[in-house]
Amino acid sequence: MSNVVLVLIEPDEGRVHLVSREALTFARPLAGQVQALMLGRVDEAVLADCREQGVAVVHEATDAELESYAAAAWATALERSLEASGAGIVLAGGTERGTEVLAHLAARRDLPMAANVLSVTSTDPLEVERQVAGGAVREQMRLDASPAVLTMAGHAVEASAAAAPGAAEHRPFTAGVSAADLRAQVKQVQARGGGDSSADLSAARVVVGAGRGAGSADGFSDVDALAQRLGGAVGVSRAVTSLGWRPHHEQVGQTGSRIAPDVYIACGISGAIQHWAGCSSSKTIIAINTDAEAPMMTKADYAVVGDMHEVLPALLEALG
Amino acid sequence: MASINVLVCVKRAADVTGEVVLNADGTGLDGRYSGYAMSPHETAAVEIAVSLVEESGGSVTVLTLGDDDAVEQLRDALAVGADDAVHVEADSSAFGPTDVAAAIAEVVRARAASGTAYDLVLVGNDAADTGSFQVGIRLAYLLDRPVVAGVQQIAVSDGVATLHVGSAAGTETYEVGLPAVATVLEGGVDPRYPSIRGRMRAKKAPVEAVTPEVTPRGSGTLGLSLPPPTPNKVTVLGEGPGAAPAVVEVLRKIGVLS
Repeated sequence: MSNVVLVLIEPDEGRVHLVSREALTFARPLAGQVQALMLGRVDEAVLADCREQGVAVVHEATDAELESYAAAAWATALERSLEASGAGIVLAGGTERGTEVLAHLAARRDLPMAANVLSVTSTDPLEVERQVAGGAVREQMRLDASPAVLTMAGHAVEASAAAAPGAAEHRPFTAGVSAADLRAQVKQVQARGGGDSSADLSAARVVVGAGRGAGSADGFSDVDALAQRLGGAVGVSRAVTSLGWRPHHEQVGQTGSRIAPDVYIACGISGAIQHWAGCSSSKTIIAINTDAEAPMMTKADYAVVGDMHEVLPALLEALG
Repeated sequence: MASINVLVCVKRAADVTGEVVLNADGTGLDGRYSGYAMSPHETAAVEIAVSLVEESGGSVTVLTLGDDDAVEQLRDALAVGADDAVHVEADSSAFGPTDVAAAIAEVVRARAASGTAYDLVLVGNDAADTGSFQVGIRLAYLLDRPVVAGVQQIAVSDGVATLHVGSAAGTETYEVGLPAVATVLEGGVDPRYPSIRGRMRAKKAPVEAVTPEVTPRGSGTLGLSLPPPTPNKVTVLGEGPGAAPAVVEVLRKIGVLS
């Protein structure tokens, strides 16, 4: 198997997205050489992030048709950079885009794919451990194919700089997108309203979460205020979205976002397994709940026993 | 408005919302105590399909691959409005995502040959148990159809599906010519509950049993294990509003507050 690992990286406000930097960190021990592909403009800040991650080559697809997202077109670009790199493993962070594009690659090349990989336990044969059942179970899986197609579970590793910087040689190329690749392409993006801090929960450094304990759709004012005061995002449990109190894009857990903030303040959330799957990578968890025996309270680093509607106003006041 | 035929693919999976138990040899989930259900994404897919057909006319077929018990999930979908069902009789544990996609493609082709062409095939974004994220996309390639993943709402008009996908940026809209495939994510629709009449109808609704011709390659699974328990290290900061200063102190200690 080639010892090149090709990583599909995604942008985030001009830099390499945190989840993609984690994927690059994940790739380094597997590779003699890490190469990256970005769809969209590769500027100096992206190259700097790639150098820090030890990336040797940064491929940039320049087709105008790639400006508006089409998964099949991205997969075509990924195929071209795969051919150029000769990679033995193709990797992406387990984001919506990463998972979708790699599934296209696996389908068109008839390759097995492992999603939500936590670790590579053997490289010859290639065996991985991955999350299944929303993170409640781990699967040991073998992939007898080259290239192998893997997505990394959210925050399976912490992004860290390589021991020596990479050359990050910039290689623009034309993917040659076909009309068939554009049959399903984004026609329009309706941006979220201003002040919505939940746009990218997976990269937030602070998340204030709320569950059924919020009591109603009107019970989130202090949650919003605390998230804003701490410069963070709001994340909610599945119960909250099922009740229609908050939108699905704020959901943390098995069928929502995986988060890894510096601190997760979980208010009125009981901590079902599927919610824990989405928040367990948080560096510090502070739980606030009336039930001292709720799973969230017993698994957290810090707990406050009490009603979130009484604790949060006091906390906002203490923060000034 | 032209009527449409929709195929929805669902999977019987052990309920993982409570305590998860593995079977004796560690190769699968044991749902004898937790129960079985279709995944939340598939429940949303059934709702989308039934709503579309209520508006435009046509039919909703629901399909599952599995053993005889999997018919329970077909009946669940029939109870909320699906018209008929296909049971692909197979040992689902031997079928990987490639195999499942191939078996569904067989059914789509066979039904088309017998007069029912599916304008839309809906699949859950990922199964609640295996979480492979691939079946719908592999199916689209097998059928040479466009595919959109992570769809939360669909409207159909004049042979074109308008699909809405939630993303970090906002809501993305796709317009895709039919026939097409979509993988559905929960959160865009509110699935209905079955009525008593619906349950009664579901008991009598037709379920076609088919045997797949595909020889399964499998999933590559070597075994399953449960993650190690989280160390119990909780520090109780206090009770009620009086604990607020201690929370602020923790936030300072971990560097969130300067």
